[in-house]
Amino acid sequence: MGEKITGAQSLVLSLEAAEAGTVFGIPGGAILPAYDPLMDSTKVRHILVRHEQGAGHAAEGYAAATGRVGVCMATSGPGATNLVTPLADANMDSVPIVAITGQVPSAAIGTDAFQEADIRGITMPITKHNFLITNADEIPRAIAEAFHLASTGRPGPVLVDISKDALQAETEFAWPTQLDLPGYHPVTRPHAKQVREAARLIMAAKQPVLYVGGGVIRARASAALRTLAELTGIPVVTTLMARGAFPDSHPLHMGMPGMHGSVAAVGALQKSDLLIALGARFDDRVTGKLSSFAPNAAVIHADIDPAEIGKNRQADVPIVGDLAEILPELVIAIQAEQADGKVGEYEAWWSLLSRMRETYPLGYEAPDDGSLSPQYVIERLGIISGPESIYAAGVGQHQMWASQFIKYEHPNTWLNSGGLGTMGYAVPAAMGAKVGRPDATVWAVDGDGCFQMTNQELATCTINDIPIKVALINNGNLGMVRQWQTLFYSERYSNTDLQSFRIPDFVKLAEAYGCYGLRCDSPEQVDVTIEKAMAINDAPVVIDFVVHKDAMVWPMVAAGTSNDDIMVARAMAPDWGSDD
Amino acid sequence: MSRHTLSVLVENKPGVLARVASLFSRRGFNIESLAVGPTEIAEVSRMTIVVSVDELPLEQVTKQLNKLINVLKIVELDPDMSVQREIMLVKVRADTESRSHILETVQLFRAKVVDVSPEAVTIEATGKTDKLLALLKVLEPFGIKELVKSGMVAVGRGPRSITDRSVRPVERSA
Repeated sequence: MGEKITGAQSLVLSLEAAEAGTVFGIPGGAILPAYDPLMDSTKVRHILVRHEQGAGHAAEGYAAATGRVGVCMATSGPGATNLVTPLADANMDSVPIVAITGQVPSAAIGTDAFQEADIRGITMPITKHNFLITNADEIPRAIAEAFHLASTGRPGPVLVDISKDALQAETEFAWPTQLDLPGYHPVTRPHAKQVREAARLIMAAKQPVLYVGGGVIRARASAALRTLAELTGIPVVTTLMARGAFPDSHPLHMGMPGMHGSVAAVGALQKSDLLIALGARFDDRVTGKLSSFAPNAAVIHADIDPAEIGKNRQADVPIVGDLAEILPELVIAIQAEQADGKVGEYEAWWSLLSRMRETYPLGYEAPDDGSLSPQYVIERLGIISGPESIYAAGVGQHQMWASQFIKYEHPNTWLNSGGLGTMGYAVPAAMGAKVGRPDATVWAVDGDGCFQMTNQELATCTINDIPIKVALINNGNLGMVRQWQTLFYSERYSNTDLQSFRIPDFVKLAEAYGCYGLRCDSPEQVDVTIEKAMAINDAPVVIDFVVHKDAMVWPMVAAGTSNDDIMVARAMAPDWGSDD
Repeated sequence: MSRHTLSVLVENKPGVLARVASLFSRRGFNIESLAVGPTEIAEVSRMTIVVSVDELPLEQVTKQLNKLINVLKIVELDPDMSVQREIMLVKVRADTESRSHILETVQLFRAKVVDVSPEAVTIEATGKTDKLLALLKVLEPFGIKELVKSGMVAVGRGPRSITDRSVRPVERSA
């Protein structure tokens, strides 16, 4: 038998065995026993954050940038409830994270004890799975299962809540060699018949589109996607979650579809006769009004999660499996069709798409008054920092511009909160990404609203030598809400003016956190300011880009309307061309 | 919308009922009845869930249930190919005048009286939902003081068992 140790020591040994690497967290009463042995671990680095939400988003950023499981830790009650937002975020965007929380002693559970919250009950609907552990002997198994569940199948967040007495109790450490998950069998191998049927449909289609979602990135299937696209010559659209899954510079790439997608990408979906959905979930931000989405298209839907297939749109050919296995098999099946002399004929399709792409490129107009255009700032940032950098965005206008005007060439370089739309994601996610990828340049592209929700993690960054860079797109307003007020609420700007041109002084704020603070408010200074920030590596940098507040995100499909009613600018609908 | 009876085998672990119940409510599906209890295998519990949904939402319910880690197997039971039963206990107002009428009704429905007091009788009845509803309709004029139902339990007809190969490893319908 092994030596007698505490549950807390067993937890740390389990985290080491699971190769947790880095844990973002904050101690407190119930989790305190775990922090004592954690101090001595040479394998697990703990980074003390300033707010548990920051720990959760940092774990997400770490996971999204590296593909490995991100880990966060908090105490019971408020520590645990502060993790709720990042857990919900990770659940929506299929991010593999494990959250470990302390719980009040098992005898006190249910008594409304100090700092007690039923975090297992609270997080049931927003985690892939969760555990409440009150027996020290069960800690290694729970941690092993949590890491397995988080990272396999459709990835997602798993919470392990451990009572304080379990952490203090005597136990022996034994890392399980077999997991006890009789109800968990994700299907990874696709059905060969379905793959062949998909290949047949693809060869017969006249107007097919590869509708690529974030699942391609989670499955590490970008290279296989490229092979498939180049083999067939089928146009590709990448959703907000899939930016970087397919190179933006590639001639087959039509851009991002959706509410703020390019006319070419939205048009490609609408005019298509075959959608090949890969790790995408027909989100309302992509489909617009569902009943009028891609009305003439048959659907091949490949996803690891069977519940996504047929959830919003019926699939003609469902393929359940891991895209890393599906795509190579689809390539083989298509090669077999091609060897039989079948070739996809997409010339007319491409001529329509090329016309759309040439007529309606993404663009923006510079403000008349010489003030700074936010799109210009973001565009220059992408060019100067380049496609090897990692970009984490908050939520709102700046997020959409960062998805539109930065050109992504690699998976895992674009991190954002797509499903939940969590303001405040950028700074802590960038921090987590920089910890996971220390050699990469990591930018948080943030808005002044978002930034003020989580910017305290700059202290964490400075103290722990995590030199992220923040491009603060400061328009003084909750810009996206303001845009909706402009368009749908008669320009009545109720509670969207943050006055952050005046308060706070973001340069001073950055300096107070030990960061470099730079300000830029004219187009001439943009390049030189970004270059100055690029040259700094000994501390985080914050650039306060003071930008025009009336800039709007275009194109736009208004919520609840059809993709056919996309507007390229205010009250300006595109001419779809005659081919119908 | 049509009624569907789902037999759901789950791991016998704390919190599983809450997971299943909350899944139904957050996905906007109404449970008509839910009964849960142990099975012949100690680690496995069985839930019988009756839902009123159309075919496509039913598929979505089943898939979402399957995603719960503690759910082992889901089988939809065809009403014609299964035995479905519910137990009902009903306390009916009964005086010397009405008691004999009530007892007559009890006999007609092959129910039984399980408790008698000067002012009331308590009746136990077992059967399908419509039989119990019919009995209730007849009893109603006498005055129903209290009513409790177990929720539907059901088992497929014939020699096969859904737990045959269900515990480990589990076969799951995609």
